[in-house]
Amino acid sequence: MKIPLIYNIRSVRQRPVSTLTTALGMALVVLVFVAMMALSRGFRAALTGTGSTENVLVVRTGADSELVSGISRETAQILAGMPFVADGPDGRPLVSPEVYVLVSLDRPGVGEALVVARGMNPDVFQVRQNVEIVAGRMINPGTSEIIIGKSIVGRFANTQIGDVLSFGNRDWTVVGHFAAAGSAFESEIWGENEQFMPAFRGEVFQSVTFRMRDPAAFESVRQALADDPRLQVDAHREYDFYANQSYLLTQILNFAAVFIAGIMAIGAVFGAVNTMYAAVGARAPEIAVLLTLGFRPFSVLSSFLFEAVVIAFIGGILGCLFALPLNGIVTSTTNWVSMSEVAFAFRVTPDLLLRGVFFALLMGLIGGFFPARRAARQPVVQAARQV
Amino acid sequence: MALLEIRSLSKVYQRDSQAIPVFEDIDLDIDTGEFLVLMGPSGSGKTTLLNLIAGLDEPTTGTITVGGEEVTAMSRRQLAAWRSDHVGFIFQLYNLLPVLTAYQNVELPLLLTHLSKKERREHVMTALEVVGLSDRADHFPRQLSGGQEQRVAIGRAIVSDPTLILADEPTGDLDAKSADEILTLMQRLNREFSKTILLVTHDQRAAERGEAIMHLDKGVLTR
Repeated sequence: MKIPLIYNIRSVRQRPVSTLTTALGMALVVLVFVAMMALSRGFRAALTGTGSTENVLVVRTGADSELVSGISRETAQILAGMPFVADGPDGRPLVSPEVYVLVSLDRPGVGEALVVARGMNPDVFQVRQNVEIVAGRMINPGTSEIIIGKSIVGRFANTQIGDVLSFGNRDWTVVGHFAAAGSAFESEIWGENEQFMPAFRGEVFQSVTFRMRDPAAFESVRQALADDPRLQVDAHREYDFYANQSYLLTQILNFAAVFIAGIMAIGAVFGAVNTMYAAVGARAPEIAVLLTLGFRPFSVLSSFLFEAVVIAFIGGILGCLFALPLNGIVTSTTNWVSMSEVAFAFRVTPDLLLRGVFFALLMGLIGGFFPARRAARQPVVQAARQV
Repeated sequence: MALLEIRSLSKVYQRDSQAIPVFEDIDLDIDTGEFLVLMGPSGSGKTTLLNLIAGLDEPTTGTITVGGEEVTAMSRRQLAAWRSDHVGFIFQLYNLLPVLTAYQNVELPLLLTHLSKKERREHVMTALEVVGLSDRADHFPRQLSGGQEQRVAIGRAIVSDPTLILADEPTGDLDAKSADEILTLMQRLNREFSKTILLVTHDQRAAERGEAIMHLDKGVLTR
């Protein structure tokens, strides 16, 4: 049987100021850690949510982004006729050839920023089933109408329904806003292929996306397209294509989260060390009593370590509470592959919060170890003399 | 055979290169059920002797045997277990843990035993009853008077039914009335419960409660 835990919990409550100060130091570290990881998670979620595992995205051979790709109308037609392309309810192949360009728009208070303008055919929603109109309406074919992803509505000028946006030497009327399950599509402007082609890069699409008849057969589809001498294209599972675009930035954000929080953690650990050394020093007589009664030094060590962990746990919970309001806050960054602005929301997930608490507990264990060891190694007689 | 046997015990503190002898070549026997008082001026080594008997400090030479077990030959780990089984310690400043209630303070030594929670409760309540504080079980030390705190400390010292009770100036911090109550309680423990007690004090009134008095002065122990 060990020293009762209530002894430590009440001892922590006996000195609320130093406990809270130490816990707050740890809370700040947890906040920074969780916030940066939530940023990384949000960015990744935006891009992974963009693609579907049932879709194949086709770009020109060697193109790692739609921006540098080019696919002719003829190639798009050949792709649409392939046997592994699924058919829609109307019997037509579920294919979406798309124009992809970057346009520079005014972001009030920030300046110009690049946004993806994606050309599509009116039946695009059959291929991209995570997209829906949430305000206004779909564009009418043959008009200079556009719809705007809801993440950039309000972030850029003239994005409300009825507004007129100027890019590609033409004026475009905003007729609707669309949602795409929080994905990067929500940071795009969509218009009709036949209107975008003459305005931008001529008679060429940048990508063709189609639904597979059998999603499990992707490898054979990829091989069939690579082997077709008429095409000169690379096929990617759409999910992987967009997810890969998030890889570098999420890696950097994850590293920064650990690195920055790690440096801050050193400070917080020293805070815990100070607090616990003070606690051990002030309670030398109590430690002497425990050792005199026959509690082993290991029990004393565990007891004081537990106390440090209790403080750290308070810090961890506070840090998580501070981080929670960040969840859902929309921010934006540049997608380094497409060079366009991507808006996304912080994602403070339960597992991130758990990691935050775990991080705090680790700080507590490290910060508490040396003071706890000093307590355990204290010669009883010497400690008793401090009465 | 005596319960406590001390043979040729010496303690010398080393401060830098200087050797400071506390006492040398002490012999002492205490029989089971005896209430022995150890007196002496401050700095004479009374507390040091008590600490050595409890295995809290190591002698320079000599042996201490309690109930046939040689305390001076035990490791630190063995000493911890031995103390929890055989020694009840009463300090001058009570040394209760301030964040635990009277009940929890008394229960502490029992946490080192294999007793169930129910059994522990019975022992603690019995101990509190003996010291006359069963109605203060839920009080924290700060809610008790000095005399009551010391009585809780005595409850803690007797709760595990130790072989030997060592008391270091238990009345040194109490007013005359409370001191008298504590000494009466210790006498009762000795007479009614046959507890073997070694009481260290420099208070003559306290000393008179014991069955025998020994003096430790200038390193020499005399009856």
